[in-house]
Amino acid sequence: MSTTHEDPLALLPEIFLLAGALLTLLTGSFLPRDRQWVSRSVAVVALVGSATAAAVALAGPARTVYTSTYAVDGATGVVRLVVVAATLLVIGLGVPELSGTARESETCSLLLLSALGTVVLAGASDLLVLAVAFLLASIPLYGLIGASRSSAAAEAVVKTYLLGALTNVLLLLGVAVLAALGSTTVYARLGTGLGGSPAAAVAVGVVAVLAGLLFEAGAVPVHSWVPDAAQGASATAAAFATTVPKVGALVALYRLVDALPGTGPGALDWRLLVAVLAALSMTLGNLAALGQDDPRRLLGWSTVSQVGYLLMPVAVAGRAAEALPALLLYLAGYTVTNAGAFAVTAALPQRRTLGSYRGLARRHPALAGALLVCLLSLVGTPPTAVFAGKVAVFSAAWDGGLAWLVVVAAVNTVLSLVYHLRWIAPVFGAGGTAEEGAGPRWGAVPALGAGVGVLAVGIAAVPLAGLVGPALAR
Amino acid sequence: MLSVVVFLPLAVACLLALVRVPDAAARWGWFALSVVEVGLVAGLWFGGPPAPAGGLRFEQRVDWIPLVGSGYHVGLDGLSWPLVALTVVVFAACSVHALGGRDRPRQQAALFCFLQTTCLGVFAAQDLLLFFVFFDLSIVGMYFVIAGWGHGDAARSALQFFLYTFLGSLALLVGFIGLYLAATPHTFDIVELARSAPLQGSGSTGLLVLGAVLLGLAVKTPTFPFHTWLPPAHTDAPAVGSAVLAGVLLKMGTYGFVRIAMPLLPDAWRQWSWVVLAVGIVSVLHGALVALAQTDLKRMIAYTSVNHMGYVVVAVGAAGVVAGSAEQARQIAVVGAVTQMVSHGLITAALFLLAGALHDRAGTYDTGSFGGLARTAPRYAALFAVAAFASLGLPGFSGFIAEFQVFTGAIATAPVAAVAVLGILVTAALFLRALQRLFTGPTTGHSVRFRDLGASELWSAGPLLALALVVGVFPGPLLDTVAPAAANVVDLVSR
Repeated sequence: MSTTHEDPLALLPEIFLLAGALLTLLTGSFLPRDRQWVSRSVAVVALVGSATAAAVALAGPARTVYTSTYAVDGATGVVRLVVVAATLLVIGLGVPELSGTARESETCSLLLLSALGTVVLAGASDLLVLAVAFLLASIPLYGLIGASRSSAAAEAVVKTYLLGALTNVLLLLGVAVLAALGSTTVYARLGTGLGGSPAAAVAVGVVAVLAGLLFEAGAVPVHSWVPDAAQGASATAAAFATTVPKVGALVALYRLVDALPGTGPGALDWRLLVAVLAALSMTLGNLAALGQDDPRRLLGWSTVSQVGYLLMPVAVAGRAAEALPALLLYLAGYTVTNAGAFAVTAALPQRRTLGSYRGLARRHPALAGALLVCLLSLVGTPPTAVFAGKVAVFSAAWDGGLAWLVVVAAVNTVLSLVYHLRWIAPVFGAGGTAEEGAGPRWGAVPALGAGVGVLAVGIAAVPLAGLVGPALAR
Repeated sequence: MLSVVVFLPLAVACLLALVRVPDAAARWGWFALSVVEVGLVAGLWFGGPPAPAGGLRFEQRVDWIPLVGSGYHVGLDGLSWPLVALTVVVFAACSVHALGGRDRPRQQAALFCFLQTTCLGVFAAQDLLLFFVFFDLSIVGMYFVIAGWGHGDAARSALQFFLYTFLGSLALLVGFIGLYLAATPHTFDIVELARSAPLQGSGSTGLLVLGAVLLGLAVKTPTFPFHTWLPPAHTDAPAVGSAVLAGVLLKMGTYGFVRIAMPLLPDAWRQWSWVVLAVGIVSVLHGALVALAQTDLKRMIAYTSVNHMGYVVVAVGAAGVVAGSAEQARQIAVVGAVTQMVSHGLITAALFLLAGALHDRAGTYDTGSFGGLARTAPRYAALFAVAAFASLGLPGFSGFIAEFQVFTGAIATAPVAAVAVLGILVTAALFLRALQRLFTGPTTGHSVRFRDLGASELWSAGPLLALALVVGVFPGPLLDTVAPAAANVVDLVSR
């Protein structure tokens, strides 16, 4: 429970992001095109400031602020750090693509705004804050995806926008239904408030809210925008849209499932629903990825399957002690891995088929190494980041009574190996295509950084998740 | 100090991968490393501190993933030491063999150094998750060996190898997680889990967890019916790759039986032991009979691996069958199993290195396209004959010691194991027939102008066979090392 006397600095990391977004936009509009890097630097400074404030705040106690509508606890703290790190990585990998273009400062500003929305989404412990955060996280995505003005991007943005608008309406509807039934929008009181309500009405409300969050996470059944955005948008937008919003959406899902009544007349088996969605996401994503020939589209489907694994700890929220740390560990590992894989594709913009990666190991051994590490991490090979996450997530799901889901996930992991190997094999294969365009120079730096990060998270296995207690502040 | 042995090759691998040293430097650097490793392992064993009572030598423990109660925990006992020694010896032989190689030596040396770390790590690990990490990385390393340096349909064989063994390793991981969750407090520590045997008396849960672990280990071993990845992987792998795959990597599966499956899940093991025994007998017979039908020398050796590893499975299966008070017989079977791992590692690695010479010179392994080779390549013929006789279990070689113990122990506890003796007969027949086809008669086909073994080939396979002879003549030190640990395993599985 919060006090009425509020700490105005509790949201300092979020304030940094908001101020950074506005300043980036303002600076950019007063600068000539060849000096837009100044506005990008403003964005970077704001992100670093936000991360510093978030790191300081991690040491504080878990609590909720502003009459219990926003949780400042370990989960929010980890999301703040992960989102900022991922956004910095995305800005870095976008340098060759964006530098000197007309939309540089706008892109940076939109990235910061969406990052802010993602963080608020993760911290929201009130349905209305959740609704606002959803808008803040998703609307900049439309702008980012559509910014590259190709026909593929146009198609992607239309699809994303239509699905986003639909799920947004559903989310608002769900919030309204739940608020009406439970006579409150605060999670802490939602469990008791919904206790006596008719199960069917609660189901309508929860499913509608879930739909919104599943869109943001890119999970089945509202996933179809993900592969299109990954393929059609600019590398910057693709890397961001398929990685960062998930972080907020999954923690928000976790908070919601955790807050729903577990027993009594209003209780339904949400966990089973989430578990089934998890199984569907991983299976469908993997099956669809099998036949892809465009590396970015392949990554897009691969992220759909990753959401499946990420939903596993959500399905056992409150049932297994390690569910929340496992979720955060997986999120951190997944984020750096996926951003790293996109960074490699961004550094090699001319290579748009798996075959065109033939001989990469000869030409750019470091970049090939980074790609190998990221792809093996996506498969879940030790000692990479996602492996550590997978072990934690599998353990938590089994501990929570979902051993069948662990088996489904293990089989799916083998399936995912097939298409990742289809990419790895040409990279290290003999022969090679003629070099197209200039070689990657600075573009390779974020990819290498991410590759090192993937190994570091995997080997040091993250004191990050250790910072978090198993409980959320409500 | 053990950690230095494990990670020194990795350090060299990173160095070789990052620094563009000349080819010759890479080859000799790898050779120097493997000599240092052999020296370190020998020095550690004879000069290191003795084991604390009932404990592990060179034990080391550091927290690693506290979230799931997993630590970096390594140490050696009588089960793991022979395999660590085998690993450094087989890799040293490969490094000698590779001195004559011309195909991207720097990358190859880096890859094999990396593989050496993963193999040593598997045998040194005393934590399930750590074991799994090295186990899985060895698959990645071998994939690149086959895909990068193989011949024929290498990409396809490598993919098949990766998919099969990765599926096996995931089954293993699921089993490990089951063990982890059953323990209170949750832990992945093997020593801790062996002490508490958390799934003891848990009925079907224990059986399912062991089922997952067995599936994972059976794919790696490989036993019938999970062996189908092995012949293509061997046929298309380079000689040194095959030597490491058969000599060391296959041992990870059988090592897992004695290190993990038996001591950690004793009552489930006793219930599954008839299945294990049956699978072992089928592997022995199936491997031998299919090998008999091969005309491709490398495929033939690959199938004899299924047969030879089958003896190990027979032994560990028999060790779980509790019939009366056959404690001693079961212990002999386990000692035989570990000895067989070492013996098979030495002999088969030598056989594969020798088979590689055929492909280097003639581009084929088809036994029908050679004949009368003894006349043009006497050194090759002599060495191959020694290897073949060692492999078929001639007294005086390590294989005899191992198989004798396996059968003594296994038949005493489970008389049905006697059926597997037929496997030895078939193996003898197929090796003699291969010798006859390759080396006797008039010199025909590719045998004409066949260049005899060079120094690097001679000095890679030769010492391995010499070691097999040493173990066969003076098995004492090896058996004395293994026996206490084997007794311990038998005690644990009888709980």
